[in-house]
Amino acid sequence: MASPTCPTSLDRLPPHQPMQVIAVTAPPGAPEWPGQLQEIGFLPGEEVCVLTRGAPGRDPLVVRVGDSTFALRRAEAACVLVGAVQESNPSRTRHA
Amino acid sequence: MHEAIVYLHPPGRLLALVGNPNCGKTALFNRLTGSQQKVANYAGVTVERKEGRLTSAAGRTLRLLDLPGVYSLSPRSPDEAVTVEVLRGQARGEKRPDLVVCVVDATNLRRNLRLVLAVKRLGLPCVVALNMADLAERQGLHIDAKALGQALGVPVVRAVAVRGDGADALRLLLDEPTVWCGPHGPSLGGGGDAAAQPEHDARGDHVAVRDMLGRLGLDALVPNTTSDRIDRVVLHPLLGPSILAALLFMVFQAVFAWAEAPMGWIEAATEWASGLLSSHVPAGLLRSLLVDGVVAGAAGVVVFLPQIVILFFFILVLEESGYLPRAAFLLDRLMGGVGLSGRSFIPLLSSFACAIPGILAARTVANPRDRLVTILIAPLMTCSARLPVYALLIGAFVPQRAVLGGLQLQGLVLFALYLAGIVGALGVAWVLKRLSAGGQTRTLMMELPRYHWPTLRNVAIGLWQRVTIFLRRVGGIILALTVLLWFLSSVPAPPPGASGTAIEHSLAGMAGRALAVVFAPIGFDWQICIALVPGLVAREVAVGALGTVYALSAVGDDTAAALTPLIASSWSLATALSLLTWYVFAPMCVATLATIRREAGTRWAWITAGYLFALAYAAACVVYHATVWATS
Repeated sequence: MASPTCPTSLDRLPPHQPMQVIAVTAPPGAPEWPGQLQEIGFLPGEEVCVLTRGAPGRDPLVVRVGDSTFALRRAEAACVLVGAVQESNPSRTRHA
Repeated sequence: MHEAIVYLHPPGRLLALVGNPNCGKTALFNRLTGSQQKVANYAGVTVERKEGRLTSAAGRTLRLLDLPGVYSLSPRSPDEAVTVEVLRGQARGEKRPDLVVCVVDATNLRRNLRLVLAVKRLGLPCVVALNMADLAERQGLHIDAKALGQALGVPVVRAVAVRGDGADALRLLLDEPTVWCGPHGPSLGGGGDAAAQPEHDARGDHVAVRDMLGRLGLDALVPNTTSDRIDRVVLHPLLGPSILAALLFMVFQAVFAWAEAPMGWIEAATEWASGLLSSHVPAGLLRSLLVDGVVAGAAGVVVFLPQIVILFFFILVLEESGYLPRAAFLLDRLMGGVGLSGRSFIPLLSSFACAIPGILAARTVANPRDRLVTILIAPLMTCSARLPVYALLIGAFVPQRAVLGGLQLQGLVLFALYLAGIVGALGVAWVLKRLSAGGQTRTLMMELPRYHWPTLRNVAIGLWQRVTIFLRRVGGIILALTVLLWFLSSVPAPPPGASGTAIEHSLAGMAGRALAVVFAPIGFDWQICIALVPGLVAREVAVGALGTVYALSAVGDDTAAALTPLIASSWSLATALSLLTWYVFAPMCVATLATIRREAGTRWAWITAGYLFALAYAAACVVYHATVWATS
């Protein structure tokens, strides 16, 4: 699958493509979402990837962020702006 | 003149457990306090408050408060607000804790340590319990507790909540006088000035935590291989829903099949007690009060326990293992269509055993509107008390024959009644969404924690707490109502030489006859109406009441057997179907309404009763007239 143009929003990612959070934006009518998304771990520099999606309508999504897994609605994932993983990123997945 | 409210706190130092959701906080709480727990509510809010006693290594007794899990100190729900208020010392009737124990999931340091930094800024003395340290080690993450403690500026101890000695290091630490003295080392954000806006610096804390972990060599991500492998099956678009459906089917089978024997024992014990009382107490008002009021009322409460215990056993196992959030994820679209989130699934599932534990479980729904809607539709789930009524009517009016290749017609009708309740609930939720959710955006943002093996100990403690809550909250109401209704159906006594049964002349009988005017359009005769009155205590009581109205001498299971031919010959099919429909929707359980009143307020209890009555009346009316038309 062709890699999406960077930066893009989290809801548009194909499954299992590791990306990095760039910023979190507020959708119209929900100014409190960015704060909440940041509190659960969607913070600049964190690694994210989409693990799977719900059956009807591909909504909600299961997203890995850092060490945690969250279920997000598509509208929520659309607030997370992601880009390619930077080499300077200090975190790397340990292979057990 | 001002009246000052003085809260008296029990002696002993107060510790508070704080941590992210799913960090194993409650398991650690259970490990530290054992069975020495008190479950109640925080003042003014329906958030569960758990306090326990804990003994330090030197034998000092301390109080331990298990605060609701939070991701940060800016609350998203009433639960989270309680945690923040208690930590700030602003919660009504709560003492500010003397020491905060931050529980940290060792396999998820980045997110968990951000909370530690935020709590530290509040200026309270603080220690960190590094939970699930064994799990992190198995994943190749070796944490030097001492070095981490130095970096954080607070003492850090390892804990493994699922192991017997897992909390010993923490008990030992509590005897050191220095831990009670306030923040150690370099203070971030200036000690006592607690309100220094901890809300807005998740990003700052994130940078601080990552720097710290980088220096300690702990910045690698911990792979979730096992959980990911399970999720590939459990969350699969096709397999996932099938597994969920199979699981639910199994739980239902177990609830009804396994509970049968213990329910039989309880009924046998009730008959034995009634018999004993009857032979020792002289006949008259007192004996009637004891047998038909007190014993029958107590039995009416206890008889539901087997089903509730079995249902909650499964719910707790699924919750402990980490499956329940996955189920909520799978159902999110379906529930979202009617304006609810996947979180409402658990309370509604519980309501199939009994609406009361379901309504109590609605506290886990974070959004206040969603919680209210969940409470309002919980009584529409077919609870087990409807089953005796359904069984009687289906047995009398639905022929026992196979249709559609081996399926029993009676079973199909029963299934249709369950389905009618679910469809009704979805419809009501949809209407409420139209009325109230306009423009409101709700969030899912739900964590799917790692899978864990459930521990017998935690399941047992959870089960014990739910059973005692059920008995305490409901026992009194049902018992009191049973005695009240006994009174209404026994006085005044029939005049000497009067025809008919005693209940016809009682207050309940008079009420029933008056009600018959109201219920005539949906095909109920006065006998049914009289039986509906005692049926308000608990639906299944209506079967026994019908037996009384028809002056049957049989008791217990024999009542239904004797009633079946009687009602089959005296009621029309239209009346029977109308009564079945009525029971799907009607607010026939006062204990449920009383629980709604406690949880959501008097106004909502009345609204629930009103809409259920209207819905039941309209549906029964349609069914009655359609059947009359079809059979004429």
